[in-house]
Amino acid sequence: MQNSEIYKQHILDHYNNPRNKEEMYKPTVSVPAKNASCGDSYILYLAIENKRITQATFSGVGCAVSQAAASLLTEKLTGMDVEEARALIEEDMYAMLGIEISLGRQKCALLLFRGLEEALRNL
Amino acid sequence: MSQFEKRVIAAERSNPRFSFKIKSLCYSIKIKNCKFQIRINMDIDIIRKDFSILQKEGSSVYLDSAATSLTPEPVLKAMDEYYRTYRANIHRGLYREAEKASVEYEATRRVIANFIGADSDEIIFTAGATGSSNMLMYAFELTDTFSEGDEVVTTIMEHNAVLLPLQAFAKRKKLNLRYIELGECFELDYDQAEKCITEKTKLVALTLASNVLGTINDVTRVARRAHEVGALVLVDATAAVGHVPVDVKQLDADFLFFSGHKMCGPTGVGVLYGKKSELAKLTPSYLGGGIIEEVTRTDYVLGEQPWSFEAGTPNIAGVIGLKKAVEYLETIGVENIQTHCHETLAYTQQELKKIEGVKIFSSDPVHNIGIVSFTLATVHPHDMAEILGKNGVAVRAGHHCAVPLHTELCIPATTRASIYLYTTKDDVDALIESVKEAQRIFAQA
Repeated sequence: MQNSEIYKQHILDHYNNPRNKEEMYKPTVSVPAKNASCGDSYILYLAIENKRITQATFSGVGCAVSQAAASLLTEKLTGMDVEEARALIEEDMYAMLGIEISLGRQKCALLLFRGLEEALRNL
Repeated sequence: MSQFEKRVIAAERSNPRFSFKIKSLCYSIKIKNCKFQIRINMDIDIIRKDFSILQKEGSSVYLDSAATSLTPEPVLKAMDEYYRTYRANIHRGLYREAEKASVEYEATRRVIANFIGADSDEIIFTAGATGSSNMLMYAFELTDTFSEGDEVVTTIMEHNAVLLPLQAFAKRKKLNLRYIELGECFELDYDQAEKCITEKTKLVALTLASNVLGTINDVTRVARRAHEVGALVLVDATAAVGHVPVDVKQLDADFLFFSGHKMCGPTGVGVLYGKKSELAKLTPSYLGGGIIEEVTRTDYVLGEQPWSFEAGTPNIAGVIGLKKAVEYLETIGVENIQTHCHETLAYTQQELKKIEGVKIFSSDPVHNIGIVSFTLATVHPHDMAEILGKNGVAVRAGHHCAVPLHTELCIPATTRASIYLYTTKDDVDALIESVKEAQRIFAQA
């Protein structure tokens, strides 16, 4: 796999211009998502009304893969029913990224997704 | 060679009068100002032939020796020979193979002792640096040297292998843990160290070289202060051994430990050195077979030190491999390796600095074992390591098991390139090209 295949334009775009990257004032739920091995650290914020995610945002820092994943995931979540969000699986996250994820980068790709699982568990 | 003034000159060699080669070393001798000057160059091409992994088609440019070094053929052969021709347990059997295994195992103790300026009975074989430090902390706990409110001092650049066992030990014994901080140029703040070590200090634990910054610390200076106040000195020499000459007496270390696998030896084996008088105060915290004088239904009497610290069947092949690793390094000369690493590191730092946005977290090459950690403004270290990896350049990204240091430097992670005896300028050039590629990729968007 070449470097151009993982660092595709849309990944770099989401990394350099992340969507929904803002702290949320009074979220329904917020959870930290950290990768101790590389220092990536995010917080996922969800605003939920009538079992629907009205807004999803994140804050924090990390690599291109984890940040693009955070940006893509929050885009996807906004407007989604909680039950639909619960049905998301790892493969959905990989599909959103649309790149081949090596073993060493799985944690990066799934970092905020794990945060989402945690958030929904706590609801 | 003591009759010559031995000078290893870092700059280019000028008109050698006479030069010759012995094994992997090139000697060139000239006469200047009525003095002999000898310059010794390692022949990297010959050295690289000892590492079959480097000969393999498509193998990575290896700049991750600080994580683990590569293993030369003689070490592999020594371990293979044990398994194939005299496989037996040590210290027990009365047959030929068992005797040979015991002889080889104990010979390693002498070789290691000689390598670090110690006596044989001050050398304990362990599973590695982490095994050594945990074992030592538990052994400390069984003594009455430490009591509530005492202080233990360490440095901000420690590896988790010493830091975590030390923190846990301090918590259990209610000791106050204090830190020697960083100076201006990624070295220890020695003035602050003087103040940090007080009459209350019972132990000073510090690394001889940082596995992130490469900095070689002035352990002798810190040890002098520690001994003034009667504190014990524990040295983590894991990153340093095999990279710079290490002498426990010159360092004035009471305890020192290291792993085999960062100095051309195998994984899963390490050494704990303890000064005889200090070792005598300790009781093994780890018990089992092979260490006893006698055992009854209710009690036991331990045998002699240092063997009483080696319960159970040890990593015999690993210990035998470690002996060969030391012999291998000594043939080349640790000082020559050090010079090679200095030169290659100087070149690496110089080339990295030319790239816009690169920030270097590494001490000057002369006081460095051969490590440069860096960041590039636009590229996260994990992305950097991935791009480098795809191009076949092996480096490491992250906090390198030194989180408080990264917190202190206000960075979550770095990319680390580390140099050893087999590293060439071509390797460094491959690194530089890939760093530039990473910069280009991230400049696109």
